Amino acid sequence: MSRVIKIENVSKQYRLGSIGTNTLRGDLQRWWHQVRGLPDPTLIIGQENSLSKSSSKSKNQDEYVWALKDINFEVQQGEVLGIIGKNGAGKSTLLKLLSRVTAPTTGNIKVKGRIASLLEVGTGFHPELTGRENIYLNGAILGMTQTEIRNKFDEIVEFAGVAKYIDTPVKRYSSGMYVRLAFAVAAHLEPEILIVDEVLAVGDAEFQKKAIGKIKNVSRNEGRTVLFVSHNMSAVKSLCSRGIILKNGISVFEGDIEACVGKYLKGDNDLANHKVWEGTTEILNEDFELIEIGVRGKGKDYCELMRIDEPIEFIAIINQKNANKRIDITLHIKDDQGNKLFSTSSAVINNSFDLSRGFYQTKGAFPANFFNWGNFYIDLFIVENRRIATVVVEDILSFTLSNKEVELGTWMGREPGGIMPTFHWEKRKHIK
Amino acid sequence: MLNDEYGTYEINSEIWDLEIQPKRNLLDINLKEIWNYRYLVMLFVRRDFVAKYKQTILGPLWFVLNPLISTFMYTLVFAGIAGISTEGIPPQLFYLSGIVSWSYFAACLNGTSSTFLNNAGIFGKVYFPRLVSPISIIISSMVQLGIQLLLLSSFMIYYGLSGYHIQINSHLFYIPLLIINLALLGLGFGIIFSALTTKYRDLSNFLGIGVQLWMFITPVIYPSSVVPEKYRIFVIINPVAPLVEAFKFVLIGAGEFNYGRLLYSVVFTIILLFVGIVLFNRTEQNFMDTV
Repeated sequence: MSRVIKIENVSKQYRLGSIGTNTLRGDLQRWWHQVRGLPDPTLIIGQENSLSKSSSKSKNQDEYVWALKDINFEVQQGEVLGIIGKNGAGKSTLLKLLSRVTAPTTGNIKVKGRIASLLEVGTGFHPELTGRENIYLNGAILGMTQTEIRNKFDEIVEFAGVAKYIDTPVKRYSSGMYVRLAFAVAAHLEPEILIVDEVLAVGDAEFQKKAIGKIKNVSRNEGRTVLFVSHNMSAVKSLCSRGIILKNGISVFEGDIEACVGKYLKGDNDLANHKVWEGTTEILNEDFELIEIGVRGKGKDYCELMRIDEPIEFIAIINQKNANKRIDITLHIKDDQGNKLFSTSSAVINNSFDLSRGFYQTKGAFPANFFNWGNFYIDLFIVENRRIATVVVEDILSFTLSNKEVELGTWMGREPGGIMPTFHWEKRKHIK
Repeated sequence: MLNDEYGTYEINSEIWDLEIQPKRNLLDINLKEIWNYRYLVMLFVRRDFVAKYKQTILGPLWFVLNPLISTFMYTLVFAGIAGISTEGIPPQLFYLSGIVSWSYFAACLNGTSSTFLNNAGIFGKVYFPRLVSPISIIISSMVQLGIQLLLLSSFMIYYGLSGYHIQINSHLFYIPLLIINLALLGLGFGIIFSALTTKYRDLSNFLGIGVQLWMFITPVIYPSSVVPEKYRIFVIINPVAPLVEAFKFVLIGAGEFNYGRLLYSVVFTIILLFVGIVLFNRTEQNFMDTV
């Protein structure tokens, strides 16, 4: 096996914010004032001029951000490497550097063979051109020669399943046909290295199955190298042999794909599904004090992975300091977009509470097969006498649920919505 | 090669097809790569042509109508009302030949000047030599020029048949060279503009009116012989002027064919194109970060 990609000390720096003064007018004004020895008129008062040479280095640095910092890795021929990380971790930047859309700030990348990327399928498709014309145009944009496209043409059309409409302008295509055609062209590129970014988010289940099969085929049978970026951990697991986790532009883990996915789903510091206060609690008033709060798989440890097909429990421990008040907990469960999914409360407990002072554990149970997979956030409301919310803490907890094992070839994308309850369904022969 | 520190052999025999580095050399222009992408140039030309006229009723007829309407207007205003000399040549012929050559230059300049901004979407996703885009524009504008040249020749035949003496001279073979020079001049200005507009958006607003004004300091609607001495400098420094003049001279015998001034245009074009490609090359590496 030989190396086909070698990435050495690659970093990419971006300038933050809008580049406001960079209009011709701004630059001319600055220049003209400099000539006359006047202060820069475009300068915001109280701020150091980042463009003047005397400005301090540290101030200057603040305007820049490292999207990638000192990335080093190698990829062997025929390997399917998964690149995982949250939004903003630098995955797309890395792929952009590899596909030569933008240049790195430092370091260098060496590549053997042709790279083609499916960064976004359908690049350069023109709505007025027919399917046939777009296959040729798109193929050429992606770097195929005329002969290559001609040889692959029938295969592409068949793969996309648009044979009937091949001489119709693509603006008349359904969005599904459009995407299938676009993917088909890219999938038949036959580059030595293929970069795949989230293509599995498109198309129906059958097409996804085809697409995954194609990528597998490309790497296993044809010995091509694939770099695969996805948020879909089950797709990553089933396709890749090795993985890299990026976090805030730094490569934090590299290794076997199982270990990689496990580490990614669990070892995320930003997600806290358990909080304990010892001594100095922050959430309290004269009536109560919050000691501990957490979400976990039922009967499991807080650090264990939670899956959608197991029951989940919420636990809070409260020190009740006032014997005359009923203290309840209401939770607002939110998805990772911040949309509130539902609210649930201990106020439904219908017995008359023991209102004596002391420590109480409040427990809420969520059934298995209720949530969809993904990240969830919890807003906490401490409710007094089932009437007034005295304390509100947003995003006090967050937790991640991973998907259950999915049979390969079935729908691997995420279903819409934050919950995916399993209701009772049945089907039987209908007799008239 | 022996790596002293670790005592291991560095595999130096590895041949890398591609090295991606932060800054390319200023003059690292890969012409061979562009040649490899010639098929893409052809497809872009085709796309531009098809897309432009697909849903218009008159289609490519607009290539003919535009100069016809302009010629009519100029004949009315400049020859009819203002009475500007056309050196004894029928004004329709005089204006049409000027318009055809000038509008090719203007089309090249305007078309290539927004290369980066217009293609930001596609440039942001795949790599191909970015010069492919402006090159395809000057070629697709050539289609337009060809149709307009047919129109011009039909005018010449008409005037020839109705008794006016058309003097086609031996310089006719210069026409392709003049066209190429116009194209490269437009390309040079255009790619410089396209590189600058990624930083200074104001320039794209300026360009529209700038090209219009430029036409008036170019002998399109008047012969350079009528330019007063004190304004002559504009015609002399203008690299488009000798090309338009020569174009008219070859086809309809108006104006002048001055080797010295043509040489100035050629040298100007070469320097401009060189500066343009260097600037374009620098911009293409990182413009996605600022656009």
